Amino acid sequence: MGWFRRKPKDHEGPPQDAAPVAEGQAPAEPEAPADAAAPPEPVTAEETQAAPEEDEILLEDLAEPEELRKGLFRRLRERLGRTRQALAGGLSRLFSGRRAVDDELLDELEELLITADLGVDTTMGLMATLRERVRRRELGDMDRLKAVLHEEMVRLLSAPPPPARDASPWVVLLVGVNGVGKTTTIAKLAHRERRAGREPLLVAADTFRAAAAEQLEIWGGRVGAQVVRQQHGADPAAVVFDGLSAALARQADTVFIDTAGRLHTKVNLMEELKKIHRTAAKKLPGAPHEVLLILDATTGQNALSQARLFQEAVGVTGIILTKLDGTAKGGMALAVAHETGLPLRYLGVGETLEDLRPFDAQAFVAAILGEEEPPEG
Amino acid sequence: MFERLSDKLAQVFKKLKGRGKLTEADVTAALREVRLALLEGDVNYKVTKSFVEQIRERAVGEEVMRSLTPAQQVIKIVHEELTALLGGESPKLDLAGRPPVALMLVGLQGSGKTTTAGKLARRLKSQGRQPYLAPADVQRPAAIEQLKRLAQELEVGVHPTRPEQNPVAIAHDAMEAAYTAGYDVVILDTAGRLHIDAPLMDELKAIRREVEPNEILLVADAMTGQDAVQVAQRFHDMLKLTGVILTKMEGDARGGAALSMRAVIGQPIKFLGVGEKLDALEVFHPDRLASRILGMGDMLSLIEKAQETFDQDQAKDLERKIREESFSLADFRDHLRQLKKMGSLEQLLGMIPGLGKIKALKTAKPDDRELKKMEAIIDSMTPGERAHYQIINGSRRRRIAKGSGTTVEEVNRLLKNFAATQKMMKQMTRGMKKGRMPFPGGMF
Repeated sequence: MGWFRRKPKDHEGPPQDAAPVAEGQAPAEPEAPADAAAPPEPVTAEETQAAPEEDEILLEDLAEPEELRKGLFRRLRERLGRTRQALAGGLSRLFSGRRAVDDELLDELEELLITADLGVDTTMGLMATLRERVRRRELGDMDRLKAVLHEEMVRLLSAPPPPARDASPWVVLLVGVNGVGKTTTIAKLAHRERRAGREPLLVAADTFRAAAAEQLEIWGGRVGAQVVRQQHGADPAAVVFDGLSAALARQADTVFIDTAGRLHTKVNLMEELKKIHRTAAKKLPGAPHEVLLILDATTGQNALSQARLFQEAVGVTGIILTKLDGTAKGGMALAVAHETGLPLRYLGVGETLEDLRPFDAQAFVAAILGEEEPPEG
Repeated sequence: MFERLSDKLAQVFKKLKGRGKLTEADVTAALREVRLALLEGDVNYKVTKSFVEQIRERAVGEEVMRSLTPAQQVIKIVHEELTALLGGESPKLDLAGRPPVALMLVGLQGSGKTTTAGKLARRLKSQGRQPYLAPADVQRPAAIEQLKRLAQELEVGVHPTRPEQNPVAIAHDAMEAAYTAGYDVVILDTAGRLHIDAPLMDELKAIRREVEPNEILLVADAMTGQDAVQVAQRFHDMLKLTGVILTKMEGDARGGAALSMRAVIGQPIKFLGVGEKLDALEVFHPDRLASRILGMGDMLSLIEKAQETFDQDQAKDLERKIREESFSLADFRDHLRQLKKMGSLEQLLGMIPGLGKIKALKTAKPDDRELKKMEAIIDSMTPGERAHYQIINGSRRRRIAKGSGTTVEEVNRLLKNFAATQKMMKQMTRGMKKGRMPFPGGMF
């Protein structure tokens, strides 16, 4: 009870004889007026109910899809614009006022690519190609150089198309390290499903992080998706088993499984993920039909290690890149796609439910390089 | 953490070590490798550039050329500069002033603010403080609930924030409530936000004005790439940060963000988050991290941790038992329990110099569950069996396997390992007569 002793005399603290009451229960129940009688548990229920109201704007948005769709691309462009400005500011500075492609220009280009998180290997690879073609006098002017760079970057992003949806329920497992935005992304995906007239079901298999299931439940309420959960600390594989049973019983079209964030280097946790994967397959042959890895655009080259190890553990089928609404340039997506051969599927460009955009390599590269506006659509 | 950067520099210096003297070309080659390694380690481009220039200035000078062991000299210079860049000594939290004082945690979404708030509360509580957790994240669904749960687990006070409240008002109320109830440190967990989101950054400014926190700590992900510089710069410009807490350091991120942020804002890195458990918060030691970057390992942290955990009397007891050759399975179990107390094996392995370089160890990381299994197996034995493992026959093995939920093979493996350990101990004691007990983790 340290603070009783330290307490300055001029403060009206609890009287000295209050100490025994607080004993054992550590710092004492604060006698804050608002709290007084409210035990922690009931607060949960209230909160869960109260929270959906916060997001009235979102619910309104849902009512007017047409209007919104029009604004969607503008919003993406505006958001990716920050990315674009950051790099393109450099690029246009680089290209303006120069007439010839020389070594100095190439060096500065190299610096820019690295600053965009493309990584040393990818950058050196791209630069080697450019240098070789400059040497062969194929890239005399700026426009040609830009075009070739664009072409090469798009080539790095080439990947097989996503698997055709041939099962119902279509089960999607979402994985990633801590804090990349898995739960939020699931809400956005579920929202897309609802838009497409399909019935999504969310499975709260993150039983580790405190209140993770509550978070998913609140999102489920907002997008109008059912949520299957168990208590905190439950076996996530068991939750998945339950979730798939529920999906079959309720004839859901799509199942999204939210897993706990885990660092890819944690052996135990990766084993747990494999078990989740196996359990899904046991309950529903062929499931999960997709395993999507969520990567944070602010992440640097560690994204490569994440992609490799998650792919090894549970056979990732695609990547979602989140948090592109900041100043991070997301350049490591190129390195990851190139090295793993995994397709990028979606980009997360903001906090609202609308801010998830199907990936388009041409547009993505164009946006990064600050080229002419990509065609609408 | 930082292993790959260490590996890279180790490669560089292996080349240097192979020669007696350095030419200027050698230095240039080495610095090119240093530069690439730093860039691959996500150190910001500009920071890397200035760092390498600093090294070059010192390295290409006479100091290196005329010294007797040029390679050693270069390592020393790189180490010194790296330590300097990471910041002098390890600074403490500023908790001075009339209580309650406020600590404010800020950062991007998903950087780990809420978990870090819990870890700080635990740390302060263990130091005899009375922390009060104040959830001011009304953005992320259930964030308040998350912090309340952590507070419950830690048995520390938590402010009864309601999600419809305004964060500035929450901060104000929390300070009042903490004052009334006699808490001395308020830890304010704010919502994650983008550094370019002007309205939300203004909100943080308003909270800062309201509570005048002693510390405004940027919680940042160790995996952050080149963008670390922009994020740190913006938060610092808006709020005048007093320090950085780097999270998720237990992964394999090369963590160049630490160098970048430190260089850009000039404020110290105060803590490292090294795991999901609430005790996984370490004080930042720039010199150790620099050593680690250079592949010298982090023995100091390991020794400190061992001293913290290992009971001296128990250690003496163990030493005596080994000397008297009476080390039984029961002692073995005590030993396992002590090891477990020290934290995850992965974390420990990372601290041992040289291990970062051994590829095989990286893939063959020991599983904490193995320890648990071994303990379960020994738990399922009778005291007699623990004292004399030789009496464990086939049927006993089956019973033990059943009791511990393992297989007979696993029981066999443990017995075999134990027998080998015992044999090794005998040889050791005979070899050294009245020697000292080697490091307690040595048998693994």
